[in-house]
Amino acid sequence: MPDPRKPDLKSSQPHAPEGADYFDPAASASAQKITRRGLIGAGMGAAAIAIPIVSRADPTSDANLPPDIPQWQRAPGAPVLSPPYGLPSPHETKVVRRPRPGKPPPTDLAALSNTPLQDLTGIVTPNGLHYERHHSGVPNIDPEQHRLLIHGLVERPMIFTMDDLTRFPSVSRFHFLECSGNSSPTWTEPKPELNVQDTHGLLSCAEWTGVPLATILAETGISAQASWFLAEGADAAAMTRSIPMEKALDDAILAYAQNGEKLRPEQGYPLRLLLPGYEGNTSVKWLRRIKLGTAPFETREETSKYSMVMPDHTVRQFNFVMEAKSVITFPSGGHRLAAPGFYEISGLAWSGVGKVARVEVSTDAGTSWRDAVLQEPIMTKCLTRFRLPWRWEGSEAVIASRVTDSSGYVQPSREALLKLRDVRSYYHNNAIQSWRIASSGQVTNAG
Amino acid sequence: MRGRAVVSSLAALAAIGALPAVCLAGESYGLGRTATPQEIAGWDIDISPDGAGLPPGRGDVAQGRVLYNDKCAACHGAKGEGKPMDQLAGGFGTVFDASGKRTVGSYWPYATTLFDFVRRAMPFNAPQSLTPDQVYAVSAYVLYLNGLVAEDAALDEKSLPKIEMPNRSHFVSAFTPASAEAARQQGDAKSTGSEEKPR
Repeated sequence: MPDPRKPDLKSSQPHAPEGADYFDPAASASAQKITRRGLIGAGMGAAAIAIPIVSRADPTSDANLPPDIPQWQRAPGAPVLSPPYGLPSPHETKVVRRPRPGKPPPTDLAALSNTPLQDLTGIVTPNGLHYERHHSGVPNIDPEQHRLLIHGLVERPMIFTMDDLTRFPSVSRFHFLECSGNSSPTWTEPKPELNVQDTHGLLSCAEWTGVPLATILAETGISAQASWFLAEGADAAAMTRSIPMEKALDDAILAYAQNGEKLRPEQGYPLRLLLPGYEGNTSVKWLRRIKLGTAPFETREETSKYSMVMPDHTVRQFNFVMEAKSVITFPSGGHRLAAPGFYEISGLAWSGVGKVARVEVSTDAGTSWRDAVLQEPIMTKCLTRFRLPWRWEGSEAVIASRVTDSSGYVQPSREALLKLRDVRSYYHNNAIQSWRIASSGQVTNAG
Repeated sequence: MRGRAVVSSLAALAAIGALPAVCLAGESYGLGRTATPQEIAGWDIDISPDGAGLPPGRGDVAQGRVLYNDKCAACHGAKGEGKPMDQLAGGFGTVFDASGKRTVGSYWPYATTLFDFVRRAMPFNAPQSLTPDQVYAVSAYVLYLNGLVAEDAALDEKSLPKIEMPNRSHFVSAFTPASAEAARQQGDAKSTGSEEKPR
């Protein structure tokens, strides 16, 4: 298995959708050899190994094509429960989270991994592909011994077990999470080799289930003076952020499940804060404590980090809301269009303010824009999939998308954003992203 | 007092539709229990900029130097110059450069944040292992490396919050409470507010 912590640009070339082949044919060919050892490594049980496994079809062989009977149809397949917790097809092993390309961080305990947006459809991120950002590793928490303490400016400080929390009336809501450091590598000149996983992969979306924080705070009571609360994780970083009370009473969720199953450890098992539309760092994972107070607590994560150096020599804190943003995921960097003809342009749009109202797509470097079709349901503070039918004529094209959200805010161009602030602010880069399609069909990052 | 606050908070919740219909004002689900002062004390480790939460204790630069060299220097450099991890000292005057050095001295707005973060998260391989005296000492040494306290300085719960951080005046909050935002929009429809911030 390749070390997922080490950037490997060759193997990070995305899986090709229908009608496209790989940027790098050599890397693609090597990935098609599915070996027995690889299957064991991927967690297939012994029962599955007993079934004859055939390497993925030799592309030069037509033995499995009509009119011949495919090899996988000539004998029974694998039994049930192989394995008990199902895994993706062994032909999809390249669809994984990956680190940012470039110099690895000094430690992979305080690091990130990106979601392979170029390989995903719809709006839901599979739980094993949700992006990661940890500050001191992923704790292994026994849910029986996990506690949530709520204190400070409450009428009655309280402690809750996970059994307590899961007994409260619950809600399930689809919301995106985006790290506000997402797209920070694209402030400067475009790096053609970056794909959408590299540029936008600190973005995921799930159905989160939990109890509204407001419901729990009704149990503790809230002192009239309370205006901010501190959320603290049970990880080794004891990560903390200060959040306005109005968010607590609006749509904050104490989430214990994602996409139908309990939270994954790297997403905060057994309990996380989920603040819809806010920068990802505020949705504190492994939540162990909430303290109500009268002012921000000025933690490291809201002073030294997640603050933006502005051109007017201010440093802007508490940049909570993730601005409206969109990106085309197909075709995108690393894809290669096999031949001129029909392609469906597809991508994702979202806004921390509310709903996606409109997505426009340009296929002529921003000269003209056409409305994309938005996939229903369109949910608040959630990813929305957009699509536009397109015929590629075979000449160079630059494609891009821009979103308008329910507040009327329009996603800015990179040039417009750079007039307001620049790479010094690092966070919250929501500029329009362009991809260049060469006459060869090769797609690269155009910034 | 208690009754009035509970009623007002429940009314606020009901007004925004956050309360399920089944839960009437004053009614409890009966889940969870009261936290004891001892339980709270063990976990209540945050420090506010005014010094609230600082434990009694004292540590000086000389003690901090020994601790720092033993537990911190391998990651942050002998003089706080960084590599492999964050640079802690120096960088004054570079904050607004494109590749500015955002150190404790050049960037951090509150000395209390240093104590809070060291106490909860450092040293990286053994967080929450330092005594309050040790955290005061390490904080004093990091501030000394930045020229913000003298070599013979000692810090305690009274003196730490009084340290003025050079970059403090540059910090502004981008958060506008919804009530204030509504008033602003009513008061001046022409105002564009703070740059590109969507509302």
